[in-house]
Amino acid sequence: MRESIIMKIHYGTALGAVALVAIHILFRMTQNFSESLQYQNVIANYHLLPYALMLEVVLILLSVHGFNGLRVILLELKQGIAYEKLINYGSIGAMTALIAYGSRTILMAGMGMS
Amino acid sequence: MTERMSNREGLKGMANPTRYGLERVAYWLQRLSGLGLLAYLIGHIYETSSIVNGKVAWDKMLELTQTTQGHLILTLVIGMCVFHTANGIRVMLGHGGIGVGKPGQPEYPYKAASLNYKQRLCIWVSIALAALAMMYGMAVLFGD
Amino acid sequence: MAVETISKTPEVSLPISSDSITLRISRFNPKNDLSPTFAEFKVPIQKWTTVLEAILFVKQNLDHSVAVRYSCRQASCGSCGMRINGKPALACYTKISELNSNIVTVEPMHNFPIIRDLAVDFKQMFANHKKMKPYIIREDSEIASDTKEFLQTPEDVEKYLQFSYCIKCGLCNSACPTMATDESFIGPQGLAQAHRYVADNRDDGKKERLKIIDQSHGIWRCHFAGSCSHVCPKGVDPAMAIQLLRGYLLGFRK
Repeated sequence: MRESIIMKIHYGTALGAVALVAIHILFRMTQNFSESLQYQNVIANYHLLPYALMLEVVLILLSVHGFNGLRVILLELKQGIAYEKLINYGSIGAMTALIAYGSRTILMAGMGMS
Repeated sequence: MTERMSNREGLKGMANPTRYGLERVAYWLQRLSGLGLLAYLIGHIYETSSIVNGKVAWDKMLELTQTTQGHLILTLVIGMCVFHTANGIRVMLGHGGIGVGKPGQPEYPYKAASLNYKQRLCIWVSIALAALAMMYGMAVLFGD
Repeated sequence: MAVETISKTPEVSLPISSDSITLRISRFNPKNDLSPTFAEFKVPIQKWTTVLEAILFVKQNLDHSVAVRYSCRQASCGSCGMRINGKPALACYTKISELNSNIVTVEPMHNFPIIRDLAVDFKQMFANHKKMKPYIIREDSEIASDTKEFLQTPEDVEKYLQFSYCIKCGLCNSACPTMATDESFIGPQGLAQAHRYVADNRDDGKKERLKIIDQSHGIWRCHFAGSCSHVCPKGVDPAMAIQLLRGYLLGFRK
């Protein structure tokens, strides 16, 4: 993939994440902070389909943005064909793993499997 | 031998925010906050996954995180998030050529047009917003 | 880093000056030495003495073996780039008085291989510059039948003029945080020169150059730290050039 496409994705995920993380944080402000963290309230959030979908989107956007940023830092620190391939594929792997693990939580909590 | 021969400044040079003005400090803070936020994201995904193990597991997780240290870390995360966002928007616009000045005939003392007051103001605003967000965050977290 | 103090007083008679500074010069010969050392010299100065003059004083009177590159002494050749008190600058363009210090430390520029003492190797920088195709790319030429010259308005010239003032001193590459660790990065000098030609309306090579810089170690490894523009002695402002160039790739400019 051309680097310009990757960077456009990096900027796009950043802008998307800003908006959605703001909503995510605002949800915690709908009640008293410590109350909003209580088990039943958090589970109720996961049972709201739009909110759960939003969480999924935030997870994907932040994972892509974060691991691409880390990939850029690591590529600048050291160069070489093998090392760069390792970092590129490693970043995709780490991204996928985090999205999978987070999605598992959203799915299981949303479907009441807790 | 190759490293010395290439005379690269290395990580020490990349990570040194001094000598080159406010924009270099902003670059360094952007990197630091980005890494910090990534570490927090991974931790956050892990800690919130405890909800699938039931109320007991969730409450145990809250006992770990709803502490003074936990709140201080969260306050730091709030600051990093706000700075990274605000400065990131400044950098993104700069990357598109917005706010970097117009080319022209350089005049002595050759002050760079891209390092203008708008850029410096945006950096200070980002730092101020982060500080304000941290204060608000602390009021919410410790005020409960 | 070892410090070798050579306490040397000049043997020739000089204009009376009450001021003198300690000049610390980095000494390193890769063929013989394992690591750089510093040699210290007491150098008399006057109000307008430049760092280059101080180094040449040492070379003339105290230690002939100091290796330093210089030529025009007026900031137009770009030869005397070095780190002065930790910051990349042209030695001929930096007055001792503006450093506000009795100790002046001169070292070779970072991110360039050291040839000896203060002289560094510009091979990679020139290679990166060449990669940017630093010439007008155009199918038709002045030799063709009717066309004698490519006319440009003053506004057309202003779009690229400041970037053409680059003297290839390498200070920007020395200051760049990405160049500190990324050996494959093109560097602010090369990227600024790419923009110099892309912005020139006589040039038709925009697509070619944009393709060259759209690589993983190309323009995208610049993060607008601005250190290059901070140290540029000619007002080229490579940071501006790079962001304007990036605008083409992001669709902000056509």
